[in-house]
Amino acid sequence: MNPELRFTDVVAEASRPQKRKDDIRNFEYSYRAEITSIYPLTDKETLYRIQIVDPEERRRFSFVPGQFIMLEMPGIDEAPFSISSSPSIRGEVELCIRSVGNLTDFLPRVRRGTHVGIRGPFGTGFPMQQMHGQNVLLIAGGLGLVPLRSPIAYVLENRSHFRDVNIVYGTKSPAQLLFTYQYEMWRKDDINMDIIVEKADPSWKGPVGLITDPLKDILSGRDAEFYYNTYAIVCGPPVMFKFVCNMLNEFHIPMQKMFVSLERRMHCGMGKCCRCNVGSTYTCLTGPVFDYWTVMNLKEAI
Amino acid sequence: MIFRVFEKEELRQLFDILSDHNRVVGPVEAGRDRNGRPVYAFSDVREFNDIRLNHTVTKLPAKRYFLPFKEDLATFTIEKDNWHKSIAYNIERPFVLFGLHPCDINALNKLDKVLLHSVYPMPYYAAKRKNMFIIGLDCVPQPYCFCRSMGADTALHGFDMFITDLGSRYFVEILTDTAYNFLRHIRTEEPGEEDHILYMKVVAERNEKFTAHVDTTDLAKILDMEFQSDVWKYWGDRCLACGTCANVCPTCYCYGVEETVEINLKGARKTKMLYSCNVIDFAEVAGGHNFRPERHTRLKYRYYHKHRGFVEAFEESLCVGCGRCGESCLADITVPEVIASVRGSGGNE
Repeated sequence: MNPELRFTDVVAEASRPQKRKDDIRNFEYSYRAEITSIYPLTDKETLYRIQIVDPEERRRFSFVPGQFIMLEMPGIDEAPFSISSSPSIRGEVELCIRSVGNLTDFLPRVRRGTHVGIRGPFGTGFPMQQMHGQNVLLIAGGLGLVPLRSPIAYVLENRSHFRDVNIVYGTKSPAQLLFTYQYEMWRKDDINMDIIVEKADPSWKGPVGLITDPLKDILSGRDAEFYYNTYAIVCGPPVMFKFVCNMLNEFHIPMQKMFVSLERRMHCGMGKCCRCNVGSTYTCLTGPVFDYWTVMNLKEAI
Repeated sequence: MIFRVFEKEELRQLFDILSDHNRVVGPVEAGRDRNGRPVYAFSDVREFNDIRLNHTVTKLPAKRYFLPFKEDLATFTIEKDNWHKSIAYNIERPFVLFGLHPCDINALNKLDKVLLHSVYPMPYYAAKRKNMFIIGLDCVPQPYCFCRSMGADTALHGFDMFITDLGSRYFVEILTDTAYNFLRHIRTEEPGEEDHILYMKVVAERNEKFTAHVDTTDLAKILDMEFQSDVWKYWGDRCLACGTCANVCPTCYCYGVEETVEINLKGARKTKMLYSCNVIDFAEVAGGHNFRPERHTRLKYRYYHKHRGFVEAFEESLCVGCGRCGESCLADITVPEVIASVRGSGGNE
């Protein structure tokens, strides 16, 4: 009798991997998660708290500030979102979402208790532990406060490990300010917070201008030791972090201590689909968090 | 490696043995073009006579057998507020790929690097790749073949057996025990000194036939330096951004994911579709910002991914020089011309 080829079951024959990254079995696996809270922040942005349903999976799920997850509504779409919550809470993420696409236009219709799928966490994070003992500048423009809220939470929870902490936050108008209810709490923890808007409305009493204005005030007149021992995290639209990083650079903050988070539209999150490539660097694997020296060496990054 | 030689009529016997219990895919003549030349395609084959052992290059690579243009990553059943996700890798049986040229075997080896041996190995690809029994076949270089420049003109691994036509007999390189066991069903011999000499003569004659070349010396570095060069605009103006090049490319693996709801609202599916970085919305993000809105930036990105980025990551280019993209391009853009123009040696009038 003529021989027949044998079927190879690549999943069954895979050896038990050490890490999620090497596990061929879980490529498409998504955690079943429940939307436990829906909290409107502005007329465009809503904060969703999403908790993994299975207690054992919840215990295992952890992330570092700066990482993202893929959120899936079966039949609607799957898209990447930065995690906006404290890394010390396991099995749960908060996502601040603006309605701009298939999935995000659908989300306002869902109720508390809806089940969604989440995959991840993916990508690199901000090296928070390396920043221990250093000054930290947390700079956000517009929606950039969303990914920044996770390192802010880390800094608050570990306040004694950091020296001077400054948050600089700028938006187009006062109505776009996110997480307004938290500013007082942040300030009380010995964090300096500067807020600036490009265009005031009648109720606005704070400063008007560009985000680089308060930043310049913070950085001016310090000694070389301060600049050398300062880490900066910059999140926002590309045009904003170009100006911000240039200013940080002028003050001789080391480029390896400046971190930015790049935004791309991942379709897989695992270095396969190429949709998030900058040059041929996968934003989902090597990023989304990059130090500024790396960004300078990436073509068309910003 | 183990080598054998066998008489030509034995190949039919080998085909019959393989196809008795297994699905066989091979190059067939799918039609004729307007000049009366045959158009070749990979297709399921039942009769040995349907296989075109002398085929030049198929219009499309064998990609659809391991990277289907469209495939479901998952399906969902939906019941009221609840849903269940099922995942399948879309292959049930192993199959034989009979007659793959060295360029296409090397394309698989390159895909392996990113889809199998990188972080997050991809089961959809792995399941198909590991269930292919590959019989390689030597070829006659065509005017558009520049595989030799890309180091992809010979295949050293990634197949089960590789057959070279010595004129009177076939010379076979055996890479796997599965292939060895299949070959035990036909009459083969240990090659003699005269077979070795003949093999080397055949290979040398083939090497003489390459006419298209790409100078890859320091190419990764040159591309880095020429990022702002005007030649990209020249090619971008010609490019129609249709994505044909990615479609016919044996190494292009980029894709997009889409979800759809069944018309009865009881199911949904998550579908992966191969995409092309030349298509306008490839790098568009939420809110409509496009990181590569102009055609030349997208065409340039394609060259940078293939000839610079992949080289940085894996020390080889993501191009095997099969020439399919240039042959199929509606605007007559070919890799040798683009690279030559970037190097400043003409092609940009």
